[in-house]
Amino acid sequence: MPGYHGCVCGSIESDHRKMSDEVKLYAVRGSPFVCRVKIALDLKGIKYENIEEDLTNKSADLLKYNPVHKKVPVLVHNGKSISESVVVIEYIDDVWKGVPILPQDPYEKAVTRFWAKFIDDKCMPAIFKVYSSNGDEQAIAEACEQLQILENELAVKGTKFFGGDNINLVDITADFIAYWLGVIEEVTEIKLVTKDKFPKLTEWADNFVNCQVVKEILPPRENLLAFFRKRFGKA
Amino acid sequence: MALNMADEVKLFGFAFSPYVCRVKMALNMKGVKFQNIEEDPTNKSSQLLNYMNPVHKKVPVLVHNGNPIWESLVIVEYIDHVWKQVPFFPQDPYQKAVARFWAKFIDEKVFGKNGGDQQVVAEAYENMQILEKELGVKGKKFFGGDNMNMVDISAGFIAYWLPLLEEATQIKILTKDKFPKIMKWADDFVSCQVVKEILPSRRLVLAYYKKRFCKG
Repeated sequence: MPGYHGCVCGSIESDHRKMSDEVKLYAVRGSPFVCRVKIALDLKGIKYENIEEDLTNKSADLLKYNPVHKKVPVLVHNGKSISESVVVIEYIDDVWKGVPILPQDPYEKAVTRFWAKFIDDKCMPAIFKVYSSNGDEQAIAEACEQLQILENELAVKGTKFFGGDNINLVDITADFIAYWLGVIEEVTEIKLVTKDKFPKLTEWADNFVNCQVVKEILPPRENLLAFFRKRFGKA
Repeated sequence: MALNMADEVKLFGFAFSPYVCRVKMALNMKGVKFQNIEEDPTNKSSQLLNYMNPVHKKVPVLVHNGNPIWESLVIVEYIDHVWKQVPFFPQDPYQKAVARFWAKFIDEKVFGKNGGDQQVVAEAYENMQILEKELGVKGKKFFGGDNMNMVDISAGFIAYWLPLLEEATQIKILTKDKFPKIMKWADDFVSCQVVKEILPSRRLVLAYYKKRFCKG
């Protein structure tokens, strides 16, 4: 059933021209990709209608709005659809001012985009391979290599988040690493991000999941535990 | 970063690379003067290694006034952001998002899928059909309409490199009867002055693909 999701985001001024904006988000509750978009929407204080999909029985609307990939998240803004979470977030940042999700400076923006792309193109597939291969040693080594790059980046930056004092596109794109990964590690007992090997990443993850906007939208841990237990065939 | 006459733009790359050519094309379209530094993949210069991205250690690397930028599509967007003439993106945020979506699709689903494996070829074929349909829907000369945009720049591989890859591997995907619109687009694309000027020679690309994909 669709529901309205308002947002309490502190001191964001509402743009009255946008009061008649219709924003819908086609979603599934547990998806890190969907959550990325929700974080972005909440950061900007955008009111939207959350439309929960059953991926085993996709709605006609979803197929209409994302005919190429047939996946969530899909954002529909005044009848126009955008898909692919990072593309959606860039759109949100372009349209709604307020809390910036990407830097203004062209160079800083390019660096941010580079890191977001790295997470999506290199980190995530490497991590997935670890668990789809049931902990193959080579896969673990490769995933750790990618995670080490992120660890180094945090060390070099010396800030709380990839975005500095506040979260930005890179932090948001890494949401899976901050939250979902820990659940999978617990279920499968294959641990990648340990405190001694990845102290900065561990600290970052803690800070990320404790952000107000993030806390509010993360799916409950028990639900994810149950989902992944089933997925990995654990009791 | 202020633009001035003393702007220093360097591009590190390999001559045959379609990724590098995306950036060359972008710079050429904008009329940006740059120093082209041709690298040997088997013997990278210390300058390149200094600017190389920590992640992939790949080209292209654009260095603008000493600041390195990596990943061809990220570089192209950066170029568009810094030099305002001949925009690669529409102004409208929605059209911009649509262009980004298609550039991403091409990068992940078409570009990334080439090589000899049967399943890979089948997927590439399916994804090319989606592109063919998109060109049909638009009914224009280029993905960007009358002029090339970000999507055309991203898709350059299909217009020039793919036919050469097909020749090297003897695996043909792009046929006129199955992909009439893409083939017409490809023709128009390689005929553009800004593109013609930066394409590597057929001989060079063929040699690279034969070495990379063919045994013996």
